[in-house]
Amino acid sequence: MRARFRRAYTGAIVSDSPYLGAIDCDIHPAIPGTSALVPYLDGYWREMRVLREMERMDLMSYPPTSPLSGRADWRPKDGGTPGADFCLLREQALDRFGLRYAICNCLYGSQAFYDENMAAAFCRATNEWIRREWLDRDPRLRASIVLPAQNPDLAAEEIERLAGDKRFVQALVLSRCELPLGRKFYWPIYRAAERHGLPIGIHAGSMFRHSPTQSGHPSFYIEDYAAQTQAFAVQVASFISEGVFAKFPEMKVVLIESGVTWLPAVIWRFGKDWRGIRAEVPWVKSAPGDIIRHHVRLTVQPLDGPSDARDLERILDHLGSEDVLLFSTDYPHWQFEDDAALPPGLSERMLRKILFENPLAAYPRLKETVQ
Amino acid sequence: MTTHSVASPEREASRPKGPSFGVVDCDIHPAPSSPAELAQFLPERWREHLTTYGVRMPNQPTNNIVPYPRMAPGHGMRMDSWPPNGGFPASDLEFMREQLLNACDIEFGILQPLSSGSMTTNQELGAELTNAMNEWQLAKWTTKDKRLKAAICVPQEDAASAVTAIERYSANRDFVHIAIPTRTMEPFGRKRYWPIFEAAQHFNLPICMHAPATGYHCNTPTGWVSYYIEEHVAFANPPQTIVTSMIMEGVFERFPRLRVVLVEGGFAWVPPLAWRLDSLWKRMHDEVPHVKRAPSEYLREHFWFTTQPVEESERPADLLDTIRWIGPDRLMFSTDYPHWDFDDPARAFKVELSPEDRKAIFRENAVSLFRLDEK
Repeated sequence: MRARFRRAYTGAIVSDSPYLGAIDCDIHPAIPGTSALVPYLDGYWREMRVLREMERMDLMSYPPTSPLSGRADWRPKDGGTPGADFCLLREQALDRFGLRYAICNCLYGSQAFYDENMAAAFCRATNEWIRREWLDRDPRLRASIVLPAQNPDLAAEEIERLAGDKRFVQALVLSRCELPLGRKFYWPIYRAAERHGLPIGIHAGSMFRHSPTQSGHPSFYIEDYAAQTQAFAVQVASFISEGVFAKFPEMKVVLIESGVTWLPAVIWRFGKDWRGIRAEVPWVKSAPGDIIRHHVRLTVQPLDGPSDARDLERILDHLGSEDVLLFSTDYPHWQFEDDAALPPGLSERMLRKILFENPLAAYPRLKETVQ
Repeated sequence: MTTHSVASPEREASRPKGPSFGVVDCDIHPAPSSPAELAQFLPERWREHLTTYGVRMPNQPTNNIVPYPRMAPGHGMRMDSWPPNGGFPASDLEFMREQLLNACDIEFGILQPLSSGSMTTNQELGAELTNAMNEWQLAKWTTKDKRLKAAICVPQEDAASAVTAIERYSANRDFVHIAIPTRTMEPFGRKRYWPIFEAAQHFNLPICMHAPATGYHCNTPTGWVSYYIEEHVAFANPPQTIVTSMIMEGVFERFPRLRVVLVEGGFAWVPPLAWRLDSLWKRMHDEVPHVKRAPSEYLREHFWFTTQPVEESERPADLLDTIRWIGPDRLMFSTDYPHWDFDDPARAFKVELSPEDRKAIFRENAVSLFRLDEK
């Protein structure tokens, strides 16, 4: 697949990309610095930005210089922030992979501030920036509404403010928050998202309110990133145990850049626990595995799969459904080499599901605008 | 409290047949009959301290009860494990023999005492409590039944005291491992714990790590969960932190013969974590240049996993993939007696294991790791 694709690529729009027409559920336009947001900040925050010297506010979960944050051949030649250049993103992601749609998930410090007013102002500016400087420039782009999860009422307001623009297809929070995401504290977000047909996207990243592990802070970035799967497992268990899906029966949660292969172990463990002690959470009426397959979706990069194709088939089969995986390149994050956004050996049927059908089913608004 | 004897004829008749060889149970939780039973091994000064101040645990909002109350009396005990002569589950050797060791053909039982001394905020008290726990295991259990093997409990946050304890008991073959809770104050590969690794390697004792009910940090990276069921699901997380930290800190380059057993933390997460760490290491090995080989290689060589609670795959045969990926030589059967989610050797696996794997998992791996065949 990869060889055929490489031969075909000539720098223009690729017509026989194996991903032609795919829906990429995770790409990352990057804010080069808050000066880019100035047109979208009000006078007060423009002044504060200068006074308080808030120019670079990259999220510590994705330091721009780390190898993961930008694949070498996807980095701007001028040393700028990977993902900040629209033309590069268009050429390297949209054109190269032959994408029909790509969902922009912007990650920035605004999602982690302690000051909820500052967070709301900068999230609002981020969403406006995405709308004007990305969505308006290419009809293939869609985006997540970046939320100030610090204050769910403000987050719900932001959803209401943008809901009329159908190019926003999801509401986005980070995987490590102040509270487990199932808590009622967050339900104003879910009410607004449900009203407007927006899945909740949870992207790897941290507000750094708690240590990344139950044993405190690990020494290295590689450990912090590896431990993201633990946060996602906790969030899945929280959504189910707190009864979120019982309250919002149509809700979809998309785990983004979460890794994939860890999920069957959680389904098995959680399922056994539920059979033993479900009296504690009587509103959980069916097995966690079934609830997960109904409500939870995962983007495929990183897959964290075994190198052997037969083993990969087995672990994906353990998920118990072909409906849960959504195509993603995670551009410009470095998850794979060359054009190998999907591992070899997937069946035609599975490819069709991952590339097109599952994303369309997960994002109702995408389906509304499909040509 | 209603008690039911496990030895009732109806129950015995319905019980499937267990393995035809002597089983090693790697996770038994012995209990004192009363607080005074442990206190007799403490100096007077600390007995008084306990009477006045109790044992303070980190992040425990209420006294005398675990932060997430369990769903069965005795903080999560098997309903039928209360000894007919009174006392707490697993506090009566006679009844443990009848209900566990004899009923399940346990040839060796590895004790995993959950010592508050390993988690209390008062480190001097911690050293005394773990010491008392060690003396108590000898007095009450291992000298009374040779099938039972003890743990050297240590106050791991005070490495010097931990090493002293290891040195004190290392020559006594009633002790076959060093017990440390999974929720350590720092990720377990950090240098504060290296003196313990040095002693463990020197005395050829594996370190067994079991989940405690409390911890120094928030119990998830996204805040405190509400429910016991969530806490129990999240018990699978600290073992992943241990694996990641020990590998990424280069512990096994420095201590190439160190062996770690992750007890009651599940095992289905092991292959996915190995794949993830390998893939990340390929891209970021320059951050951890002391890690010389693929993380999965260290994992494969240095870690063992006890089986209870066996993750039950939705289609039973799927579990065989997981066992193959981990390696059947790295899994060791455990019951978790007398806790509510006890695994019976005759029922634990819902899928048929090959005779070789069965013997390895239910017996041989543990015999070899804990050196149970040595006199």
